Amino acid sequence: MTIYLPIAEMSVDVFLILAMGGGIGFLSGVFGVGGGFLMTPLLIFIGVPPAVAVATEANQIVASSVSGVLAHMQRANVDFKMGIVLTIGGFAGSAVGVTLFTLLRSLGQVDLLISISYVVFLGIIGLVMLLESGRTMLRSHRGSGRRTKLHQHTWLHGLPFKVRFRRSRLYISALVPLAIGFFVGVLAAIMGVGGGFIMVPAMIYLLGMPTSVVVGTSLFQIIFVTASVTFLQAVNNQTVDIVLALLLLLGAVVGAQFGSKASGVLRGEQLRGLLALMVLGVCTKIGFDLVAEPDDLFSITDALGHRT
Amino acid sequence: MNGRLAKAVAFAGALTLGIVFIAGFAPVRAQEESTLVADLSENLIAITTGFSGIDVLLFGATDGYGEVIVVVRGPTDSVTVRKKERVAGIWVNTSSLGFDGVPGYYRFAASQPVDTLLTEELRQTFQIGDRNIAVAPLETRSPAIEKDFFDALIRNKQRASLYDAEQGTVKFLGNRLFRTQISLPANVPTGKYSVEVFLVSDGIIVNRTTTPLVVVKSGFEEQVYTFAHEQAALYGLIAIVIALVAGWFAGYVFRKI
Repeated sequence: MTIYLPIAEMSVDVFLILAMGGGIGFLSGVFGVGGGFLMTPLLIFIGVPPAVAVATEANQIVASSVSGVLAHMQRANVDFKMGIVLTIGGFAGSAVGVTLFTLLRSLGQVDLLISISYVVFLGIIGLVMLLESGRTMLRSHRGSGRRTKLHQHTWLHGLPFKVRFRRSRLYISALVPLAIGFFVGVLAAIMGVGGGFIMVPAMIYLLGMPTSVVVGTSLFQIIFVTASVTFLQAVNNQTVDIVLALLLLLGAVVGAQFGSKASGVLRGEQLRGLLALMVLGVCTKIGFDLVAEPDDLFSITDALGHRT
Repeated sequence: MNGRLAKAVAFAGALTLGIVFIAGFAPVRAQEESTLVADLSENLIAITTGFSGIDVLLFGATDGYGEVIVVVRGPTDSVTVRKKERVAGIWVNTSSLGFDGVPGYYRFAASQPVDTLLTEELRQTFQIGDRNIAVAPLETRSPAIEKDFFDALIRNKQRASLYDAEQGTVKFLGNRLFRTQISLPANVPTGKYSVEVFLVSDGIIVNRTTTPLVVVKSGFEEQVYTFAHEQAALYGLIAIVIALVAGWFAGYVFRKI
């Protein structure tokens, strides 16, 4: 059964989109990530114009983050104050990101921007996670391990505008979460991701937040940042496809439920190791496409950016 | 839009153009007896939710002599052709050339191999065959580079099934009635199409007629598209609200199960 997508201006198989949503929803349930970094490349791969893929995926992430954050709010795992500071940075970042996106789109370099962003960030995050989970697995085999300090003081703690974040038990400069929020906002706009895969490690290692509130707070701010990206993309580029977003969402929520049940089977470091391999897989595929000689050196784009 | 009115206006316009053309163009011999009528099975194609491409039947009649050539052209748009080169190991778009007046769709069909019917010059003039489509480069480059980009444009359109390099067949039923199938793929651009039918005899175009064909988004698809473009801010807000409600609802439902 096919359905015509009004904004992407193409007809797609409904079941293919539902299956993609379901499959990636399952993975996001298993690993506790948004899945935008898998979905956006997949959408581009099936022929959705990159500009539409990025903007629509942002819209879908709004929905999946809401379902996620509700569960965390019930368990009081959201630091709202921190979330709001991150969001303020995120708003500024998403505005800069969408402006950059619109500019490069007119120059015909937006595909390159998306690909390079993916390769760089997925590469770094994937490697770090793989090393970290490998070390944890080795350590758990050996039995004992070095204990790390609760807080490690760095130059970040010397910055001005200190604010107390009670829920995270932190007293740090507001500049740090603002900068992190800004940076992730730029990435969200360019890559069509929520940015959880950057935000979560940044919260743990840079801010020193307790792991219990990290995922809930990250989801909380992702809602606002992806909502901002959705709005700005809709206004600047008219590339948000509501029909596509709803289909993806439908598959994703069902998949995520099964995924979160399945995640109980594996241990944390094993999950992180697998996720790292998947992240590196996507990174390698996109990197390969950048260096492999294309079949046709010429490509054409019409007003919408349909590629052929 | 009032489809019938638009059709009538388009038809009248095409007819006027046709008459002016026939009167003003030397190789076209105005012959009263060279009857040519043609029409489409559908003049208005509506793209709705289930749209996955459609075949339109063109049928017509002559008075028994001559061969028929059919040229279908979609709405024109400007298209940018970009060329990739290897820069520091990766493939990057380095040069581009825009073309104006590029039909979004192009097909041609004839009752005989078209190169036996008309000279190359006439085929160029009437844009018969996708190599003969008249497009205007937006910048001047050397002829060789222009040709490279033009070839790439046609090649890419063919890959997207929007152009067809092969000549389609016009079938004669008996010696007066003819018909041909025009297949519009799922990715057809919306807008006004023209279906030109030429009656050719002894290497000369003796009559021609143009039938309009309109492809529109219709119903829900059309409303969403128009809304997204005309009230972009409101559309963005609604997209966000829908996502918020859908996400909340999904979370709620699954906690109950």
